[in-house]
Amino acid sequence: MNAKHEPKPRRQRAGRGLLRRGSVIASPYLWLLFFFLVPFVIVLKISVAEVQLAIPPYTPLFDWPEGGSLELFAVGDNYLLLIEDSLYIRAYANSLKIAAISTALALLVGFPIAYAMARAPRAWQATLVMMVILPFWTSFLIRVYAWIGILKNEGMLNGVLRWIGVIDRPLIILNTDIAVYIGIVYSYLPFMVLPLYANLVRMDRSLLEAAADLGCRPAGAFWKITVPLARPGIVAGCFLVFIPAVGEFVIPDLLGGSGTLMIGRILWTEFFSNRDWPVASAVAVILLLVLIVPIVLFQRHQQRQREADA
Amino acid sequence: MSRRPEHAGGEESTAPGGEAAFLRIEGVSKSFGNVTAVDNVSLDIARGEFFALLGPSGCGKTTLLRMLAGFENPSAGALLLDGVDLAALPPYRRPVNMMFQSYALFPHMSVAGNVAFGLRQDRVPRAEIAARVADALALVELSPLARRKPHQLSGGQRQRVALARSLVKRPKLLLLDEPLAALDKKLREQTQFELMAIQQRVGITFVIVTHDQDEAMTVADRIAVMEEGRIAQVDTPSAIYEAPRSRYVAEFIGDVNIFEGRASAVNGGDVLVEQADAPDGLAAPARADGPAAGDAVLLAVRPEKIEIAPEPLPPGTMNAMAGEVTEIAYLGSVSTYRVRLDSGRTVVSTHTNRLRDGGAAIDRGARVHLSWPVEASILLRS
Ligand SMILES: Nc1ncnc2c1ncn2[C@@H]1O[C@H](COP(=O)(O)OP(=O)(O)O)[C@@H](O)[C@H]1O
Ligand SMILES: [Mg+2]
Repeated sequence: MNAKHEPKPRRQRAGRGLLRRGSVIASPYLWLLFFFLVPFVIVLKISVAEVQLAIPPYTPLFDWPEGGSLELFAVGDNYLLLIEDSLYIRAYANSLKIAAISTALALLVGFPIAYAMARAPRAWQATLVMMVILPFWTSFLIRVYAWIGILKNEGMLNGVLRWIGVIDRPLIILNTDIAVYIGIVYSYLPFMVLPLYANLVRMDRSLLEAAADLGCRPAGAFWKITVPLARPGIVAGCFLVFIPAVGEFVIPDLLGGSGTLMIGRILWTEFFSNRDWPVASAVAVILLLVLIVPIVLFQRHQQRQREADA
Repeated sequence: MSRRPEHAGGEESTAPGGEAAFLRIEGVSKSFGNVTAVDNVSLDIARGEFFALLGPSGCGKTTLLRMLAGFENPSAGALLLDGVDLAALPPYRRPVNMMFQSYALFPHMSVAGNVAFGLRQDRVPRAEIAARVADALALVELSPLARRKPHQLSGGQRQRVALARSLVKRPKLLLLDEPLAALDKKLREQTQFELMAIQQRVGITFVIVTHDQDEAMTVADRIAVMEEGRIAQVDTPSAIYEAPRSRYVAEFIGDVNIFEGRASAVNGGDVLVEQADAPDGLAAPARADGPAAGDAVLLAVRPEKIEIAPEPLPPGTMNAMAGEVTEIAYLGSVSTYRVRLDSGRTVVSTHTNRLRDGGAAIDRGARVHLSWPVEASILLRS
């Protein structure tokens, strides 16, 4: 009798285990579904609508007029506009350019920082990582505002430069592309430094000694050993800066000039000034498509890296 | 460039073989904060010699090696290689290569790329690099794996790549830091012989660091036994084993029985020692540096030199003791007997099992008589 009853609870337990495992696997997909796919489908839906004076300010996708049958209402006009009006294409191109230059600058500034952190005495390293993360404790917006105070004509930077006598007329930085580069590099620097640091700190220092032992000078060893081995960190840091920088709105809006054309600003103008939700949505959809290439490349790189580490 | 040392000749500067020292380490010390890792070490090493630095972990072997490679600067003393002072040369200009304990292979380069790295730094022509890399890989029998990356190799194969990489530049001096420590026992023993064969073929001076006495005894022409940053003794493997100068060296290399006693008389070439376990006293060949009658002395005997027999020895025999067998360890080629003397002290005696049935068997609990010839006794500095 016992023998007959035994298998049953075991099977139940196995079933419950499977369920639990299933839900663990499913949870990231659910997460993606709710926080990415559903909003994206809504944006996609708005992007094929037309403006109308109503709440919400666009035509519905499906209409069911009284006595009629279900009608689908979708237009491609918004996408056509993005191609026909060169403003949009220029804005996309300029955003990519600004993001690319900022990424290169962030790498240039971030690498020495990450390198110094990785070489610092072990006891200091946690503190140094903390200091890199520290700016996140205050609002991003406030930190960007602070740069206005630093960069404006009668701001801190010009004040200091004039006081030490380097310049006699103020440098015009605020409301130029230079200010945008400074703002982006400053804001996204931690995203460059942290993956680089995580990579460099793992590097076996005896490799540099081995290089020196085999006749390689320190500068040569940096390019032949350190940089190639830091590549995964460099790639990760660059993507983490580049991808959000393309769609950046706050920094060009606060620090850039009227001529600083970035797609994030166009989006904002369409949405809030023109109240043209359909065109704004089309801009967002295209932005996502533009970014999909680097995002997929980044995912593939991370995947390969995980496999190489395993 | 090559400046011969002015102090050629004289006992101190002459390494075995009569040749002036190829590598001179003169009074070298190294401190880290208040830790003295290497303490006033002087060594002379001959050209083409296979020299071992042997000592327990933390005794300063790696630090001494790293000073030779140029990764640490001595706090005091001088290093001369082939008459050239190494102090002025950074690691990348020294004619010295090192095989790292961790191997330190470049993970992003293939096996051939790793081996070629040093030659590329010297701007050796491409065709010559290819030929020398091929030779070096053939030497360590890795030619078929030239295109693999280090992570695709076994531990033993990585060890060979590291060896090939450090040999390919034909350095004047090759430093090996625990080169075989990561290998399992069987592979390690096999590799020891390969290392000796390779060293003879290439004729480069090798300095190997190890904490494994068997390894040092197997591969080295001479061994320096280190103790807390100092050199305890420098000698050939057989002299280290058969004529250790201190208790530390005797106990570090192999098994040993040590008796504390008092020198009673110096009789010709022998020193007679009074010791409670030996009714008729102990005797050992005298040493140049003493001792005088009345001094406290240590007398060491290796276990395989002690005869064990059931029959009593004739009265008046020196170096004779009696006791009871408490343990017998059968190890295949040899058996080890632990004998408790009447005073309670334990003496170990080892015997080769030359006959399959063990010859005249001695059982546990049997009363036995131990003895050894005068020449088997070693007087130690206490
Ligand atoms: N870079 C260093 N900083 C501080 N102490 C060190 C350093 N390198 C070695 N030591 C110390 O020097 C002593 C000898 O070390 P080491 O030469 O590595 O010994 P071994 O190789 O014989 O095991 C040890 O006490 C070690 O802690
Ligand atoms: Mg060591």
